[in-house]
Amino acid sequence: MNELKIPTMAELTANGETADILFWVGCAGSFDERAQRITRDICKILHHVGIKYAILGTEENCTGDPAKRAGNEFLFQMQALTNIQILNGYEVKKIVTACPHCFNTLKNEYPDLGGQYEVIHHTQLIQQLIDEGKLKAEGGESFRGRRITYHDPCYLGRGNNVYEAPRKALEHLDAQLVEMKRCRSNGLCCGAGGAQLFKEPERGTKDINIERTEEALETQPEIIAAACPFCMIMLRDGIKSKEKEQDTQVLDVAEITARANGL
Amino acid sequence: MIGQLIFGVLFIGAMALAIYNARNIFRNIQLGQDERRTDQPAKRWKAMLLVAFGQKKMFKRPFPALLHLFVYLGFCIINIEMLEIIIDGLFGTHRVFSRLGGFYAFLIGAFEWLALSVLIGCVLFLTRRNISRLKRFFGIEMTPWPRTDANLILIAEIALMAAFLTMNAADYKLQLLGAPNYARAGAFPVSGWLLPLLPDTIPTLVGIERFCWWFHIIGVLIFLNYLPYSKHLHILLAFPNTYFSNLNPKGRFSNMGSVTNEVKAMLDPSYTPEAAATPLHFGAKDIQDLTWKNLLEAYTCTECGRCTAVCPANMTGKLLSPRKIMMDTRDRMVEVGNNIRKSKNNEQKDDGKSLLDDYITREEIWACTTCNACVEACPVNINPLEIIMELRRYMVMEESQAPASLNTMFGNVENNGAPWKYAQADRANWVKGS
Repeated sequence: MNELKIPTMAELTANGETADILFWVGCAGSFDERAQRITRDICKILHHVGIKYAILGTEENCTGDPAKRAGNEFLFQMQALTNIQILNGYEVKKIVTACPHCFNTLKNEYPDLGGQYEVIHHTQLIQQLIDEGKLKAEGGESFRGRRITYHDPCYLGRGNNVYEAPRKALEHLDAQLVEMKRCRSNGLCCGAGGAQLFKEPERGTKDINIERTEEALETQPEIIAAACPFCMIMLRDGIKSKEKEQDTQVLDVAEITARANGL
Repeated sequence: MIGQLIFGVLFIGAMALAIYNARNIFRNIQLGQDERRTDQPAKRWKAMLLVAFGQKKMFKRPFPALLHLFVYLGFCIINIEMLEIIIDGLFGTHRVFSRLGGFYAFLIGAFEWLALSVLIGCVLFLTRRNISRLKRFFGIEMTPWPRTDANLILIAEIALMAAFLTMNAADYKLQLLGAPNYARAGAFPVSGWLLPLLPDTIPTLVGIERFCWWFHIIGVLIFLNYLPYSKHLHILLAFPNTYFSNLNPKGRFSNMGSVTNEVKAMLDPSYTPEAAATPLHFGAKDIQDLTWKNLLEAYTCTECGRCTAVCPANMTGKLLSPRKIMMDTRDRMVEVGNNIRKSKNNEQKDDGKSLLDDYITREEIWACTTCNACVEACPVNINPLEIIMELRRYMVMEESQAPASLNTMFGNVENNGAPWKYAQADRANWVKGS
């Protein structure tokens, strides 16, 4: 797949073309090595189904989510207004994000500031593509009967009531979906939200990601499915400290989908 | 006649005191900042019907929900009985509604079953608190007073229901004995069981019946005036609190309009800001900086601890407890309100204290992951997260007092457009690996 050509909005515009959807990669997806693989898989899926998409490339900026949750509204709005200027400049109508934090911020907090877009999370896009018959789960790795437990990211689940799309994407693979005790609206946070990823936790008796990882491992999963790059970092750390890397892998729903389709 | 007079004085006195208390609560809530929560009335009514009347969120835990439903239904419906007691008390009648005949019998019968279910519910609730000692009823904020408060309320309800049933039993026995002024009325499916326990002499029975009648009504009037000092205000405030719920997705945090003006002016020097009231400061240091809705929520909280039980920070041993955030907000609000009322011109004198630091510590505030589990868990749609966020905003924007690693993150976002220290120019380097 070294041939994958990922267009930027700037390039398309220079050629007088437009994109149907903007893929908002996000900071983790751009810089974190593990998340970069998810980013590429989302591109492969978009490419595979023939959606005309583009990224902002070096014109993309942090949405401001971690600044806002940490209480720095100034910095958040500086980021937001800068991003909105760029997005509106390209007349972007529809955005797909790889991160529930970007998703929530773009969808819920940008409209008031002048940025009105149809924003979906990549698991919603995958579900739509499955429903439309464009993604078939064939030609790749089989997930039939394999034990997968799905971890609800707070900003996708409780934050925006998206519980079904990621599950449908996994059910489509005939995988054996096992739920953790705390799931859906009762889901337990991975510990990264609210800018916690960027600081040391306060003193306590345990790290939140360990608590969540232990709960996930109780379901004896072969795969823990994530849908957020922050959750990915926290759960992988948890698996590492539990020394379960040989038995259980943490994969994004996009990665599982790409593998199932041989992308 | 004397009885009527005493009743009238007690009743009017208790109502006056209740109105005085209610006015103080209303004024304290008004110490908060404005926020519009009256749009989309249809959705608001629906939220109130489902969450407050229908107790939808309680049923995430079916067993306590069922017990709570008993007590709630008992409370709502027995209020009709209260109406009769008040009329009887003021006009010297006895069982004035008994002229309703068969329907009256049905009502009294239903009240008795409800009273029994309230009794059973409260006894089980006491057991859960004091014998099985459920974890969520404990925690750093559950100091002796809140725990006593909870027990007092349950004991009061048990006493009131016991008095109600004993009163009915004595009345029923008097009816059966053909005592004067005790005409046959009502149905007594539960209190009938108590008949063998009661004496057979008419004067003693009248004494018991009257004592229970007075005990019940005086108990209710005391309870009414205990409410404002207790955690039990949710029986009234759950309704407005759910009506004024946040209707936005939980992930959406408010955008501060005052900041927008400054940021726009910064990005575009030719921008002339819209006339907007500039706040005293950004975020919240004390209760006056919160909204009236935050303050209403503080009064509505009944300290059930469902929020704290699901808080990821709390369950991993951090100091943060969302219930404590609400309890501290209320305690501070009452303190500020009392200070204002004690002062000469109803002005607030600086007492050198504030919600932040004197009540809620920074360590608590920084432990929050903003996961919204507490908001989801609250059976009456209280949002402790909003208060946590306002306190963070104050610390960061007014004091520049964020943890050092967060300051580093801010610097990276500002300079590199990402929370990590990578160059903006490298942002699309991942494409090359594709």
